[in-house]
Amino acid sequence: MSVLFVLIGVSMLVAGGFLIGFLWAVKKGQYDDSYSPAVRILFDDQEKEAQKKEKEQQIKKETTKKNHKS
Amino acid sequence: MQEETKKYICVHCGDDCGSHPVIWDDKPFCCNGCSTVYQILHENELCTYYNFESNPGIKIDAGKYKKKFAFLDDNEIAEQLYEFSEGNIRKLSFYIPSIHCSSCIWLLEHLSILNKGVIKSMVNFVKKDVAITFNSDEISIRELAELLSSIHYVPEITLDKLQEKQNEDVNKKLLYKIGIAGFCFGNIMLLSLPEYVPGHEYLETHFKEFFGMMNFILVLPVFFYSGSDYLKSAIKALKHKFINIDVPISMGILMLFIQSSIEIFTSTGSGYMDSLTGLIFFLLIGKWYQSRTYQALSFERDYRSYFPVAVSKMESGLEISTPIEKLQKGDIILIRNQELIPADSVLIKGEAQIDYSFVTGESKPVFKESGDHIFAGGKQMGSAIELTIEKDVIQSRLTQLWNQFEGEEPSSTRLNSLIDQISKYFTLVIIAIGLFAGIYWLLNDSTKAVFAFTSVLIVACPCALALSAPFALGNTMRLMGRMGIYLKSSDVVEKFNSITTIVFDKTGTITQADEVTINFNGEALTDDDRIAVKSLTRHSTHILSSILYEHYKNIISETVADYKELPSMGISGTVNGREIKLGSAKFIHEGKTETSSLNTEVYLSVDGKIKGHFILSNQYRTGLSELINGLAAKFDLHVLSGDNDSEMENLKQIFPAKSIIRFNQSPNDKLEYINNLKKEKKQVLMIGDGLNDAGALKASDVGISIADDIYHFSPACDAILEASKFQYLKYFLKISEKSVLVVKLSFALSFLYNLFGLFFAVQGILSPIVAALLMPISSISVVAFATFTTNYIAKLKEVNHISVNESIKTLTKKVNPLKKSVQLN
Repeated sequence: MSVLFVLIGVSMLVAGGFLIGFLWAVKKGQYDDSYSPAVRILFDDQEKEAQKKEKEQQIKKETTKKNHKS
Repeated sequence: MQEETKKYICVHCGDDCGSHPVIWDDKPFCCNGCSTVYQILHENELCTYYNFESNPGIKIDAGKYKKKFAFLDDNEIAEQLYEFSEGNIRKLSFYIPSIHCSSCIWLLEHLSILNKGVIKSMVNFVKKDVAITFNSDEISIRELAELLSSIHYVPEITLDKLQEKQNEDVNKKLLYKIGIAGFCFGNIMLLSLPEYVPGHEYLETHFKEFFGMMNFILVLPVFFYSGSDYLKSAIKALKHKFINIDVPISMGILMLFIQSSIEIFTSTGSGYMDSLTGLIFFLLIGKWYQSRTYQALSFERDYRSYFPVAVSKMESGLEISTPIEKLQKGDIILIRNQELIPADSVLIKGEAQIDYSFVTGESKPVFKESGDHIFAGGKQMGSAIELTIEKDVIQSRLTQLWNQFEGEEPSSTRLNSLIDQISKYFTLVIIAIGLFAGIYWLLNDSTKAVFAFTSVLIVACPCALALSAPFALGNTMRLMGRMGIYLKSSDVVEKFNSITTIVFDKTGTITQADEVTINFNGEALTDDDRIAVKSLTRHSTHILSSILYEHYKNIISETVADYKELPSMGISGTVNGREIKLGSAKFIHEGKTETSSLNTEVYLSVDGKIKGHFILSNQYRTGLSELINGLAAKFDLHVLSGDNDSEMENLKQIFPAKSIIRFNQSPNDKLEYINNLKKEKKQVLMIGDGLNDAGALKASDVGISIADDIYHFSPACDAILEASKFQYLKYFLKISEKSVLVVKLSFALSFLYNLFGLFFAVQGILSPIVAALLMPISSISVVAFATFTTNYIAKLKEVNHISVNESIKTLTKKVNPLKKSVQLN
């Protein structure tokens, strides 16, 4: 039964890890705003598209510049 | 063909575009402002903005924000706003009250596309602010504010906001405490469980000491960190010689801790550590629930949030933007159209039309000539003026209203709350029972005496009692928020219940501030006349002109020749070859004043012939008379108005005969009036809107400020009421009455549990398992009871009255595009 000492020690460590995780999350402000993260996650694709377009434009501009030069 | 009958809805803000929408990119817009925003977004390929929600935009009057942010060029002010600044990287957050939907979040988080200087922007929807990291070499803080304004997200920067920032830390600390208490509670339960199951004798022989020590170690952070507030509060209360609910709680906590520690160290028992940590854990959850208030709303605004952060000071012909706290007597300041005058001063240059509606509630602007005194809080309408400051900002007449309350103890009201009243008797009774049990056992079986005494204090610890009020009132507050009244804290629910007298402000409270009924008295108006009035009023900034202009919204205006404006007299000009004059009776009749009507009248003459006059009267809020009828039986009703008594007759018809109606009340008169009522031992509820009611709202027991847009300009108060929900005031009062009844019933329930526990305690047979079971069962059942019954009560009222009316209203009325989502935090 003395294995209990070890088990309790391990369980305390695991639980302590979660406690530290919780405290860290509070400190980082993860509980400050419960609405926008849920919406924000849906934006990601849009953002990439916008960036892609931007990049495409930049490339276009660069190529036209090159063309002009040549 | 279809298009002609179709109503145009502005793509940007969802407003009706009228008959002549601004068309850009084949899309209709209600005004140039909205189409400009669309153009900006279109150019930057940010039109995804319009995909998340239909018509997400915000309509604002164009040009209003120009020069508004000039003060941000002042380094001293800017420094106060930065949360972080290192090299050329700056971080700050702006409060933007118009954030209302997911489109807003999307656009504000893509600011970097609009301007390369923005590195990162992050919206906090609950607080309605946006945290922006930017490169100060590429964009200045002023340009940033102007960029936000250009897409109609105007940041609100006030002195008030600059000085607050601590509430957050308190909230976080509470979460830390709950986390730690929960962790320890769970583990101690686990370690204590073997005690309560059969076969524990075997475990006990081997592990008793180990489990005991583990429990003792785990309880230390809970006792010294999580529960420390209760002990501190109890000590504070005892020092001030009163007893609050924290005193019996602390007695219980202390007894549990001492008794359990002794049992563990003397190996006589296993103690009640699980009960102790559970108790603190549940109490903290109650506290957290109670502390969830409306973060985006500000209930503590004082004059500083009304005043601009800075004004233009004239120094040897140059304009210098100066923070208002730095203004001194004798300084010369420049006030532009629509700007607020920050201090009592004397006009030295220009013609002033001062709108004192903030201060007095009187909507007609006052004309001032150079040399006249102008009081702080007035708003200039018209061209720019120069003023010499006479008094410092804090000594101005208006700001004095607030200074009276400074240094006053807010805790004085707390003592009156139901729970603290009860806990006084509760504590004394418990100590008496404890002593009685102790003495009884001392005489009969002295070994049990101390144990019986401590058991009584332990089992009587009013955990359920302390939880019932936060949950019942907190839940009521949340439900009321859903119905349109936002309370500062859950204590307000309780205060609502004791109200005996209701005082109404007139302008903007029982009348609609911006809606005016316009009647024309005289010859019937032809279409030409209407066009003429509309065209003429277009050129004037006078408030009456803009009301008339708004009235004829759907008429196309024509060009006006020889436009002239005589201050405080009227306007004239030629429209389509006809000479039109519009203004006061004196102006039209050329000197002869024959009427002395108290109504606001605007006379119209065409080619020297008097056509008649417009009568502008305030429109009473819908449902006012029903509301008054409902309230009259139970409450004393009073009306205080800053206006003249032109509405006396109308008000007399609405209000019962015994209610007192007073006119021409200055802000100070109102404050005095409330104080006098309070001296008569009346519990006063004051409902007002403007800055002029601020003193009265603060002095009253419950101050409700009524607002069309709950995020804007509301003076310090206990609750903010959505203007459209004004007629439901009676139901709000009724709900609060019922929920206080629920609190009382919850008290009764928790007393029953206490009696049950005491039954064991006085006999000296309280076992840890009884304590461990009784505490959570009583707490959870009381919380469940409080929450369910308040939900039920609110639902009854809501279903019967509000939502039915609401559904009819939404059918007939245009839906407000600005969704009002307020979240608790």
